[in-house]
Amino acid sequence: MMNYFPDEVLEHVFDFITCHKDRNSVSLVCKSWHRIERYSRRRVFIGNCYSISPERLIARFPGVKSLTLKGKPHFADFNLVPYDWGGFVYPWIKVLAETGIGLEELRLKRMVVSDESLELLSKSFVNFQSLVLVSCDGFSADGLAAIAANCRFLRELDLQENEVDDHRGHWLSCFPESCTSLVSLNFACLKGEVNLGALERLVSRSPNLKSLRLNRSVPLDTLQKLLMRAPQLVDLGIGSYVHDPLSEASNKLKHAIQRCKSIMSLSGFLEVAPRCMSAIYPICGNLTTLNLSYAPGIHGNKLTKLIQHCRKLQRLWILDCIGDKGLGVVASTCKELQELRVFPSDPFGAGNDAVTEEGLVLVSAGCPKLNSLLYFCQQMTNAALITVAKNCPNFIRFRLCILDPVRPDPVTNQPLDEGFGAIVQSCKQLKRLSLSGLLTDQVFLYIGMYAEQLEMLSIAFAADSDKGMLYVLNGCKKLRKLEIRDCPFGNAALLEDVGKYETMRSLWMSSCEVTLGGCKTVAENMPSLNVEIINESGQTVFNLDEGQKVDKMYLYRTLVGHRKDAPESNQTYLKCRGDLTRSDHHEPSLNDMIKDMKLKNISGDDDFIISESNNFKLQSQLFEKEEAEIMILKWKRL
Amino acid sequence: MALEIFHFKGKRFLIHFMKYKFVSSYWLSKLQKKKKIMESECSKKLEEEKLELRLGPPGQEHSSRFIKDESLPSFGYFSSMKSNGNQAHKFPAPEDHLAGSVLASPWAKNHQPTPPSSLQSSEKKQIAMPSNCPQKRTAPGPVVGWPPIRSFRKNLAAPSSSKVASETPIGLPHKVANEKKTVVAEPSVKGLFVKINMDGVPIGRKVNLKAHDSYKKLSAAVDELFRGLLAAQRDYSAGGVVNKQEKEKPITGLLDGNGEYTLVYEDNEGDRMLVGDVPWHMFVSTVKRLRVLKSSELSAINLGSSKKGKTVEN
Repeated sequence: MMNYFPDEVLEHVFDFITCHKDRNSVSLVCKSWHRIERYSRRRVFIGNCYSISPERLIARFPGVKSLTLKGKPHFADFNLVPYDWGGFVYPWIKVLAETGIGLEELRLKRMVVSDESLELLSKSFVNFQSLVLVSCDGFSADGLAAIAANCRFLRELDLQENEVDDHRGHWLSCFPESCTSLVSLNFACLKGEVNLGALERLVSRSPNLKSLRLNRSVPLDTLQKLLMRAPQLVDLGIGSYVHDPLSEASNKLKHAIQRCKSIMSLSGFLEVAPRCMSAIYPICGNLTTLNLSYAPGIHGNKLTKLIQHCRKLQRLWILDCIGDKGLGVVASTCKELQELRVFPSDPFGAGNDAVTEEGLVLVSAGCPKLNSLLYFCQQMTNAALITVAKNCPNFIRFRLCILDPVRPDPVTNQPLDEGFGAIVQSCKQLKRLSLSGLLTDQVFLYIGMYAEQLEMLSIAFAADSDKGMLYVLNGCKKLRKLEIRDCPFGNAALLEDVGKYETMRSLWMSSCEVTLGGCKTVAENMPSLNVEIINESGQTVFNLDEGQKVDKMYLYRTLVGHRKDAPESNQTYLKCRGDLTRSDHHEPSLNDMIKDMKLKNISGDDDFIISESNNFKLQSQLFEKEEAEIMILKWKRL
Repeated sequence: MALEIFHFKGKRFLIHFMKYKFVSSYWLSKLQKKKKIMESECSKKLEEEKLELRLGPPGQEHSSRFIKDESLPSFGYFSSMKSNGNQAHKFPAPEDHLAGSVLASPWAKNHQPTPPSSLQSSEKKQIAMPSNCPQKRTAPGPVVGWPPIRSFRKNLAAPSSSKVASETPIGLPHKVANEKKTVVAEPSVKGLFVKINMDGVPIGRKVNLKAHDSYKKLSAAVDELFRGLLAAQRDYSAGGVVNKQEKEKPITGLLDGNGEYTLVYEDNEGDRMLVGDVPWHMFVSTVKRLRVLKSSELSAINLGSSKKGKTVEN
């Protein structure tokens, strides 16, 4: 039936399928669908830039217009990965440029972006529109200047939490007068001065500007002028918010803010005089997103009063100086709340004003729609977690960080196994979980048993034995990313089922019990995995004996073998080479393949890597079959 | 739920009194390390109901593996105790169980133990462990990468004070800002405590400015505060090569720009200034917090006000 539709019809149908996972599934149905999907794919997501090469990307998806790349492992955010580990975007841009790809959008996370790459990017793609950099580093304001100057149709320049060397603030002036297409401009993470006049002129000639996030060098009077020129803003990030509430400047600001009736997202307040918060009350009623996590100056009554005006809030990022009482205010005001993040304002201090389990319980009771949580707190109890699990069974992301990483329940002195167990049992859609506090193997048993949808798990200072890790690896069928630090997991756990790692994006283990010998064994048995070892003791890895523990191991599936850009300086990387040839594998039968895929839930991955890998290239086997027969089998699975 | 909370509060309140008894063993256990052999011994210990405590500097081994007694009810309460914000305390001599374990604890140097008698008196603590208590790991003092927040968020404590009124220094948000006066730090009869942070050391300290009457003495105090911490941090990031007495370099040249580090401060207007330019008493009256920065990074930092009308380094 389906094969009698012309390609264009199928392509049109596929246009409605935008989610990466679904498109990957579609591409596995049969040969013709694979072909059509391939040529019509515009947006590609690559969760690990070393899992595939730009050449193969282009070979598979020649029509790609939007590319998302992630580089360093997640723990790089916490300084656990050496700065020169890798994740360079330049090779990608170079290849894309050389093959004439019509790139329009590039989104990078935790990658090293040089000024050279930005310049090449800006000059190679005529229709380039959107650059989003999250947690990247390696570039300066010069690179931004190149983007500003050369991307004639730039719509989005979004810089989130990057380390930028911006000693020169001239880049804003590099936007030509002809550039009027800006929709989103976010430079809140820049530390230096910017040319305020250029900024004002840029905003004036950008009628489509919807999102503007300023850095702390933008003073109040500029803010006021910008708001007057851009009352259509939907998302505003305030830089400096310091003024005397009785002054003329303050009045003008109030007036300007009131004109911005469309603002739904507010952030920043990088410098703030909290007495002046009342000026923004008029727009609080419309806010769905509020991020005050960079504004320690707003606390106490000012903070709670502000929140009391925000009845429509869906996403709230805040510092723990809000306290449990403040969270109570959130609970009674923000009934639509879906995502809450509470960051520590004084991570290494005594945290007098930090939040505890009480605040979380209050929010869970008052905000039934809560589905995403990041909560840094002083303490947590099992009872509280059990209550939270009952109140909010819809959690998709649950990340709890007790500042003392091995703290038990302070009331009962028990580990927090039962509490987290309740969470995974109740929240059947849980995809991401971060644990902390005192935890034994038991919690991992619960996770393995109940967390069926879990895709990412972060563990630190937990467990008693290999059993913990084994429970997780055996139980969580959809696990994609596992990151572990300071746990007693050793070779027995690591080697139990090395095939599992092929179904995952990556595994990180640091300060565990895994030895060099164990890592080598994985690498030797799994040529499709890169096993990287980061030893910081200065010894080259080859001098270690196999029984010695490795500091940090990062392994990930890949189709392109070892990377050539691993650093050689102070840390030594060992790229274990797999020597097994494929010849001793028998060709699996069709049923075996499908069963295998079912077990490993391959098509539920947003990485198209699996569908590229030789193990699952079904062309030779499956595609020869009658397409109808295949589709029946596939529909059952999908 | 109100009942639950009250219940929680009640329990917490009760434990508050008990904490002083247990606080020493908690703190000790926080710093101890165990090698793998100890893990097997733990089960024996469970039967013996005995907790052995030992000390070692953080980062001594590749993996941080510790024994911890989870029956101590005061976990976390100790760290929530604010004794001038100073987390350093004196410790009794360590046990000698660990081969090669070293008591070069960075904490051992520091002053102001709290509460004094119970800390110094207890060397060993006999504590009943519940039968299902497995051996645990305890994180050492400054743990790399913990808590898991991006470095962007760690430096939030730079005071974003307004020109009009100086708000409470960050990190003490519970204090009500007196908007008329410039509230510098915690003035009291005994001392004027100002927070001080050092590049590369995750733990901040406090220094009592009233205890010194010159820049020279302040510089010496800073050296004393951070020398050990810095050495420990270097030790830790070097992978904890077992170095019994890691030579601790004194921190010098803080004031003249010649040293590896330079002392700067932030004043009541939020400006960042080099320490040493103004007369001492004027410095004391305007300083809000101190920082020890790497001299190499000084040029990259805007010293002086970044507000309009003043010169700005670009």
